Amino acid sequence: MKRIFTDARLLLPGEEHPQTGSLIVEGEHIVSAAANGEQEGGDAIDCQGRILAPGIVDLGVFAIDKPAFRFGGITRAALMPDQSPVLDLPAMIKQSAAEGKPDLWSHPLAAATIGLEGTHMAEIGLMKRSGAKAVATGRQWIADSGTMLRLLQYCKSLDLALIVHSEDAGLTQGAVATDSETATRLGLASAPSAAEAISIARDIALVRETGAHVHFRQVTTRDGLNLVRAAKGDNLPVTCGITPAHLLLSDIAISDFRTFTRLSPPLRSETNRLACLQAVKDGTIDVISSGHDPRGPEDKRLPYAEAAPGMAGAETLLALSLTLVRDGTISIGRLFELLSANPAKILGVEAGLLQAGYEADFILINEDSPWQVDTRKMAAAAGNTPFDGLPVQGRVTAIYKGGRAY
Amino acid sequence: MTSQQTGSPHQFPAGSDAFPHRHLLGIAGLQPWEILFLLEEAKQWVDLNRKSSKHADRLDGLTVINAFFENSTRTLLSFEIAGKRMGADVVNMHAAQSSIKKGETLIDTAVTLNAMKADAIVIRHGSSGAVQLIADKVDCPVLNAGDGSHEHPTQALLDALTIQRRKGDISGLTVTICGDVMHSRVARSNIYCLTTLGAKVKVCGPPSLLPAALDRFNVEVFTDLDEALEGSDVVMMLRLQNERMNGNFIPSPREYHYLYGLTRKRLTRAKQDVLVMHPGPMNRGVEIDSDVADDPDHSAITEQVEMGVAVRMACLDVLTRQSRGVEGWS
Repeated sequence: MKRIFTDARLLLPGEEHPQTGSLIVEGEHIVSAAANGEQEGGDAIDCQGRILAPGIVDLGVFAIDKPAFRFGGITRAALMPDQSPVLDLPAMIKQSAAEGKPDLWSHPLAAATIGLEGTHMAEIGLMKRSGAKAVATGRQWIADSGTMLRLLQYCKSLDLALIVHSEDAGLTQGAVATDSETATRLGLASAPSAAEAISIARDIALVRETGAHVHFRQVTTRDGLNLVRAAKGDNLPVTCGITPAHLLLSDIAISDFRTFTRLSPPLRSETNRLACLQAVKDGTIDVISSGHDPRGPEDKRLPYAEAAPGMAGAETLLALSLTLVRDGTISIGRLFELLSANPAKILGVEAGLLQAGYEADFILINEDSPWQVDTRKMAAAAGNTPFDGLPVQGRVTAIYKGGRAY
Repeated sequence: MTSQQTGSPHQFPAGSDAFPHRHLLGIAGLQPWEILFLLEEAKQWVDLNRKSSKHADRLDGLTVINAFFENSTRTLLSFEIAGKRMGADVVNMHAAQSSIKKGETLIDTAVTLNAMKADAIVIRHGSSGAVQLIADKVDCPVLNAGDGSHEHPTQALLDALTIQRRKGDISGLTVTICGDVMHSRVARSNIYCLTTLGAKVKVCGPPSLLPAALDRFNVEVFTDLDEALEGSDVVMMLRLQNERMNGNFIPSPREYHYLYGLTRKRLTRAKQDVLVMHPGPMNRGVEIDSDVADDPDHSAITEQVEMGVAVRMACLDVLTRQSRGVEGWS
């Protein structure tokens, strides 16, 4: 049966601004999405002028947390292999891929190496057959360049992107912050931010060698972004992402030992933060993701260096990203390329665009609706957000996965 | 009042305005007169401690818990003696080998200590920020006896008191701090304390043991000890931990001694009446030579230990004034 979503402000592929029109869904797929599109011939659902955007494809979460994803408008999430046990076997991929259905599709990322230890290649081919859409190194970097080279050759032959964590562990071993006045004042072990550029430079050299697609999951420094920008200029198959925390916070936020600000990679200097914003603006950054990692008091109510890294980011992802639209950094159309279309493309799934034939994963948004981030009231499994108390704007009013409302 | 005035107590703000803090977690953020007030308060205890009967009764009936999550001999002993001389019931908890090992979280331990109705808790912990974490969960004053590489405020106060007694006003003195500054809470607290009191501070160490952005701390940074010693009134040597000596941060103890050890010859670079200090325990022959450490004309190392007790007595007194209902300390 056809359903027509009328009076919607559609975020259509390639358009910077919303176009008033209608979206037609049949079964689980989009039949058409067009400005001034047809209004007849099916059940009509009045969207009351709300923005109708593709569902967010969250690339690289650490937990499947459906209440938080629903609040945040996330219809698909690529799960990091850093689970317990590590997602390094086909059976675990298969099980994990089924976990969220039907209202959320989880795309487990295959661990690149057994146990994510960076030494022995995992069964990437078998994991692909079991549903893995990409491969990831987890929170680790692969120190051995030989292993990395062979992994990239392998991923290339299987047509899978390798999602990497970019920090040279030789520099960051034991560090919980970026070298800075703040870290020194707090007496926290810190590492130079060059750890990022060093690992990116090595990986780009290997991309040049192999032609494999590498996605740098979080690039947070000016020097790292310059390398990615240059590699893109050379038409190398590289992409990169970031989370809102690194766009909105600098290392000063770690003052007072607030463990909710303990992230991996750590928060950077203000200069680097501004470089990240510039890279969103100029198109160097392809993906904005939540890095969702809900952590309870047992992981966070600890001395800073003993606390686990990570933040619960799913439900604040959209509202925080909308600040980039409000301050003129990017258009809302471009924002949804970063949130939905590009991550879907990296995973190779037909989603993330309002396009005929694609899965009918979409959300309705009231982009002005104000609310306040409150760690005590979060939908997520834990409220570990460094944005506690921040007034934000924009929330999801309806979420559709495969044409069904949830 | 102006920052550099020292001297008699009447110059301090009245009552709790002289030290309006619930805890002593660090020196960073303290006003100069707040530091000077604690030093002034400590002086009376130096005199008492030199008498044969060393008992005051200010903290009579109060319970002080020394919760040490990291091994310590001298600081624990110093706090224990300080509490007892003030008349408090002092209990030591050696958590390094206790329930923490059984998996109890720090917060649970803090809540447990709090339920025992301590009137002050003295905490040492191996992790930066851990003492603040506990302080946020308990109802009584907390004294930081050293947290990770963050702060060790009573050490800085006892060092300042030692300098004051030997050199007079700290303002205008040149103090050289040398050693493993990166991992040193003593260095951080001393940098804050001495710069706040108007001293010129030079910091020296191997580049691999100097923390990032040290130039933002109102100090001069050196990697050559001879240069750093030039014209110094005071030199503070830091302890080099054994685990840093073997190739991780520096190549070897003997190379460290060659480059950064305080020898009698090197000491001649400093002022003739230079004061030599060390927070202890010393690695004799590594960061400091015995003939320097034991030279009564220069070394204040044992006096530092003595001042430690007095300073801790003063801190326990001042921080419990509110709960004891001392007039003006509401």
